[in-house]
Amino acid sequence: MLSIEFLAQFYGGLMALAILVYAILDGYDLGVGILLPTDDKQQADTMIASIGPFWDANETWLVLAVGLALIAFPAAHSMILQALYLPVAVMLLGLILRGVAFDFRAKAKTKYRDAWDISFKAGSIITAFSQGFMLGLYVMSFDTSLQSYTFAALSGIGVVAAYGLIGSAWLVMKTNGDVYTRALHWCRRFNWVSLIGVIAVSLVNPLINEFVAKKWFGTELSILLLPIPFACIALFIFQDRVLANFISCAPKQESWRPFAISVAVFLLCFLGLVYSFFPYVVPNELTIYESLADPSALTFMLYGVVLVVPAIIGYTIFSYRVFWGKTQALTYY
Amino acid sequence: MLDTLLLSRIQFATNISFHILFPTISIALAWFLVFFKVRYVQTNQPVWLRAYRFWVKIFALTFALGVVSGITMSFQFGTNWPGFMERVGNIAGPLLGYEVLTAFFMEATFLGIMLFGMKRVSPRVHTFSTVIVAIGTTISAFWILSLNSWMHTPTGHEIIDGVFYPKNWLEIIFNPSFGYRLSHMLLASGITASFLVAGISAYRLLKDDHKHAPKLTLKVALTVAVILTPMQAFVGDLHGLNTFKYQPQKVAAMEGVWDTEKGAPLLLFAVPNEETRKNEFEIAIPNLASLILTHELDGEIKGLNEFKDAHPPVKPVFFGFRVMVGLGLLMILVAFTTRVVLYKKDRLPVWLLRVLVAMTFSGWVATLAGWYVTEIGRQPYMVQGLLRIDEVVTQVPAEHVLYTLIGYLCLYSLLLTAYIKTLFYTADKAVEVEEYEMNASVRGGQYA
Repeated sequence: MLSIEFLAQFYGGLMALAILVYAILDGYDLGVGILLPTDDKQQADTMIASIGPFWDANETWLVLAVGLALIAFPAAHSMILQALYLPVAVMLLGLILRGVAFDFRAKAKTKYRDAWDISFKAGSIITAFSQGFMLGLYVMSFDTSLQSYTFAALSGIGVVAAYGLIGSAWLVMKTNGDVYTRALHWCRRFNWVSLIGVIAVSLVNPLINEFVAKKWFGTELSILLLPIPFACIALFIFQDRVLANFISCAPKQESWRPFAISVAVFLLCFLGLVYSFFPYVVPNELTIYESLADPSALTFMLYGVVLVVPAIIGYTIFSYRVFWGKTQALTYY
Repeated sequence: MLDTLLLSRIQFATNISFHILFPTISIALAWFLVFFKVRYVQTNQPVWLRAYRFWVKIFALTFALGVVSGITMSFQFGTNWPGFMERVGNIAGPLLGYEVLTAFFMEATFLGIMLFGMKRVSPRVHTFSTVIVAIGTTISAFWILSLNSWMHTPTGHEIIDGVFYPKNWLEIIFNPSFGYRLSHMLLASGITASFLVAGISAYRLLKDDHKHAPKLTLKVALTVAVILTPMQAFVGDLHGLNTFKYQPQKVAAMEGVWDTEKGAPLLLFAVPNEETRKNEFEIAIPNLASLILTHELDGEIKGLNEFKDAHPPVKPVFFGFRVMVGLGLLMILVAFTTRVVLYKKDRLPVWLLRVLVAMTFSGWVATLAGWYVTEIGRQPYMVQGLLRIDEVVTQVPAEHVLYTLIGYLCLYSLLLTAYIKTLFYTADKAVEVEEYEMNASVRGGQYA
């Protein structure tokens, strides 16, 4: 049997990876939902076509992340989910609404189409906002004061903006014509809002949580890590320059750039958060070591993980290659 | 008085009842699609492709509803039954984990290629993707039914200080009721899907759809129903015997047996009364229950009174069982009648088509009734005989559970209505659109 330390770090790392991949992948398709225009059917169709083949699998990363929490850190899972009972329920309602609206909008009677489009957009916004809200409460160590709810609400807006950013960057990469042009402007706007959100969370986090402050400013590692926030800010500025350039001269070749920059931003922010809280899984309460499930059960799971996760990554890449390039109209066959 | 335990149970039952509707269709419908696609590849007849294209739309919608309602389930364990994972997590966790890893990603990813990739990949890769999706849905059923069965017939574990630890994974996965439950559920899925396909095809024929595709899918669906419905009666009986061995109190509730009896009668109808602990309005066939369960006319059936305070509520189990069996028998009758008439006359009279339309969702009702029998029949335990539900319920305030329950109920009623309406609307569209295509081709136009 493997050691508790190894298993805790392995499953903690895997859970973190699943959350990051989820935030990036479902982030862009939720973002597309957030941006869905209600004034232009054709643009809406193109945008939805760009995420059609992927959204199902993207959401599965959320199931994996929650599943890993459930399996590897059951005590933390139940503590967090009971603390977040209502926001979780709101998020689930949002996820359900948008997931089904995606299919209904194409298949239901024409007179209901507008209603399903609005459901898709509203569901995406509700989902993103409640995820940000939960992140905010998590950072505030599930404190129940008005102050922390205010912060959580701001964090909710921040995540809506971040998903809007990566969603519009996705559209820049995957579309042409009107949608492409609109996406460039969306992307630039959300880029600034996201920057403000990132700065806010980065300031509040060490101010509220003493252990976080200690980690960022009190160890030898700090010097190596302090560049993270600055690199992040630099990326936002770089993103803005790239977009300004695209707007003025419309290059087609490097349209993947804003998306790549957004992914880098997500990665840095996420690393910052993980570093802040490690080894806690419930801030200030419970570490990954304390909440670890039975090692023999996790060893049994490990075989599956080692065999299957590479396969999942493999066929996910295959699927993205199949639908490589600019989006074409969505046709069912 | 609001009670978190009761509300959590209602909420969980609501969520899982809504969820199970869609996998019940999609598990078997995926295999129908494989069949249509493979027949098209073999024969190169466009009618198989049309059948595929029509049903893949319904599959996509069904699958989406299954996915989103399934996500809810993965959160519910933590939000409403935290004690469940704390006590049983070492067993339940890996089983759920294997379901996510080996089934969810595979089906979701290849679904994208199956739905939208036909022009982008070779026909072979497309057929392969369709097969993978079908295998994925079946693997998913494998793991979740393994966990569910273990909760009914737990084996392969040890309990230390109230926490369950795995000892032998093969015994856990292949616990005594697993094989029966898995077969019973897969057959239920096959029957539900075949009545759905038959019902919608019949609906199209009633709308004067003169094309070949609905006739063909009707024939395929009824053939499948004729094969599967009697198999289900057989497997269901075996499953019942297995339950009799491991969960006698559930069978006692199913049969309405209060006092331990030799030569217990089969109750065709009765109203069990838990206050007086007797049945009212009994219509019974003497000795038949004993004969079915013990294969002896005067075999002994343990009564509910032997399990005071540890047996399930009797009425829902008793009536649920009769709904399931009654519908099952009706489905056998309808499947054979329609298939025989179709064989002899090559078409069905209007009244039989109407019967099939009326029975479009009969599989749903029977499956839900069956699940209520087995799950309510497990009460008051979470894990039969070892862990009671009141030990694992959440600490969340009852009002919060009430709010979310109301939210779910509203959304689910809306979605169920929309789903059923969209199904028939898709059929209406198919009647018109393909007609137009065919006329266009007659006039020398081209297929789009």
